[in-house]
Amino acid sequence: MEKKSFIRKYPGFCIFAILGFLIILAAVFAPVLAGGVDPTEGNLTDAIMAPSAEHPFGTDKMGRDICARVIYGARASLSSTFILVAVIFVIGTFLGILSGYFGGWVDAVIMRVADMMIAFPGLVLAIAVAGLLGASTKNAIIAIAVVSWPKYARLARSLVMKIRHTDFVAAAQVTGSKTGYMLRKYMLPNTITTLVITAATDIGSMMMELAALSFLGFGAQPPTPEWGSMLNEGRNFMQSAPWMMIYPGLAIFITVVVFNMLGDNLRDILDPKSE
Amino acid sequence: MGRKQLGSRLLQMVIVLIGISILTFLLTYLSPGDPVRNMYTSAGIMPTEELIQQTRDEMGFNDPFLTQYFRWIGNCLRGDFGKSYSLNKPVVQLLAARLWPTLKLTLLSMVLMLIVAVPLGVLSAVYKNKPIDYIVRAVTFFGVSIPNFWVGLLLILLFCVRLRLLPVVSSGGTFKDLLLPAVTLAIAMSAKYTRQVRTAVLEELSSDYVIGARARGVRERKILWGNVFPNSLLPLITMLGLSIGSLLGGTSVVEVIFSYPGLGNLAVNAIMSADYFLVQGYVLWVAVIYMVINLLVDISYNYIDPRMRLRR
Repeated sequence: MEKKSFIRKYPGFCIFAILGFLIILAAVFAPVLAGGVDPTEGNLTDAIMAPSAEHPFGTDKMGRDICARVIYGARASLSSTFILVAVIFVIGTFLGILSGYFGGWVDAVIMRVADMMIAFPGLVLAIAVAGLLGASTKNAIIAIAVVSWPKYARLARSLVMKIRHTDFVAAAQVTGSKTGYMLRKYMLPNTITTLVITAATDIGSMMMELAALSFLGFGAQPPTPEWGSMLNEGRNFMQSAPWMMIYPGLAIFITVVVFNMLGDNLRDILDPKSE
Repeated sequence: MGRKQLGSRLLQMVIVLIGISILTFLLTYLSPGDPVRNMYTSAGIMPTEELIQQTRDEMGFNDPFLTQYFRWIGNCLRGDFGKSYSLNKPVVQLLAARLWPTLKLTLLSMVLMLIVAVPLGVLSAVYKNKPIDYIVRAVTFFGVSIPNFWVGLLLILLFCVRLRLLPVVSSGGTFKDLLLPAVTLAIAMSAKYTRQVRTAVLEELSSDYVIGARARGVRERKILWGNVFPNSLLPLITMLGLSIGSLLGGTSVVEVIFSYPGLGNLAVNAIMSADYFLVQGYVLWVAVIYMVINLLVDISYNYIDPRMRLRR
């Protein structure tokens, strides 16, 4: 049989992987892309100017270039989203594997705590945590991590429990494998694929939740350019300067679409059964 | 769910509730702000350090954590959630007044969502891998990727600023005030539900009884609406229950955008003004309501699904 190249076989994944990579590149090389325009410095005489050749996306109330702010905003949004997903992935997987492997009271405690977090609907606890800890990007990440890890923990737990009582695990135990070795060598590899898929498909929604928190004023603080908080600033100028809310929103939308597509395509590659 | 299962479920709920109450209390206990100082400054008084210490003693803020917690939870159980100092009213009164507007918004957005999602989902499943299915899937894909606060802002821009059809600020009284916030919430939800309906219908369509019915020559239309559709509604009901619960707490962003006088808006303002009693009351209320709804969904499932009824 003819061996297809990876690109031929998975064109969707490749396209969106490239697009995702381009967005990341834009964030990394923001200063170059913004043409040396400082996103936090503005001239008040340039305040609220409609899109033009000089300011392609217009300017905001401080006279700052929105285009530069949207480009720099990718830094804040992407880095905080990746940190958030990494945190819930590591914490959730770790606790879930412990819970599934040891069972008994360890399982009971971890799962009841998870139940408590899940009992708070949607953003309620996240808003409360972010608001009471004080508004900052770090606290917004903590807030969403607190309510999101149980999903991963439950998933990891159920996957571990599936193989916990199989013969090869029993054999490994009988031949004297240490607990740490068991967890690393057998439990983790058996959970990791499903969890990576979950994490990849979650990037988009996590980005939207972070943006929602900063939109409410509980995330990144001005003058840091961040898409959610830019939308919040633009909200008050809807009548006179709609461009202030259109471009940051578009940036969130496009980025979320790209990462959702990337996640879905990755799932199809790693787990062909799901479709 | 038998009586025994219900009992153990209730016991679990009580444990989780105790945990939630501790967590809620801890949240405000550990937060860096000082409620007493906030209370005075929001009343327009610059308190001296002495006055703050004295009031802290009087209100019991200097007692050990557990003493404070038990006093608070005891009061809560008696229906006394304290007094909001930013609005100078009992917390219960404030929450009760905002509950109905949020519920109204939740229900309307659910109805709108069902009107869109059910036909689209069924259509897309029946015509699987045909052009119409691809269109529906593409639209729902964009629907789940668009942040709802941006949708809300765009709707305001279009209908209130450009076309001037609807008021920008909704007071929550009339249907007109409800419409845009409800549409905003419904858009993201319909995308999610259309996918769910599609999956559920597809699953039913591939089951043995459908093949049997087709073999016996039952008309396709009758199979779809007489058997497949009612059966695929079951998982939908569970999801609807969960959505009502999460919407009660999850409408805050949309409520803020439209200045809608609901629970979520109240909570965001409470957090902004560090109104601890109000925040505590809100978090506890929403968590309890959410859990009760989930329990009701589980119980109702027994009555809707005949298979469950037989098992009892």
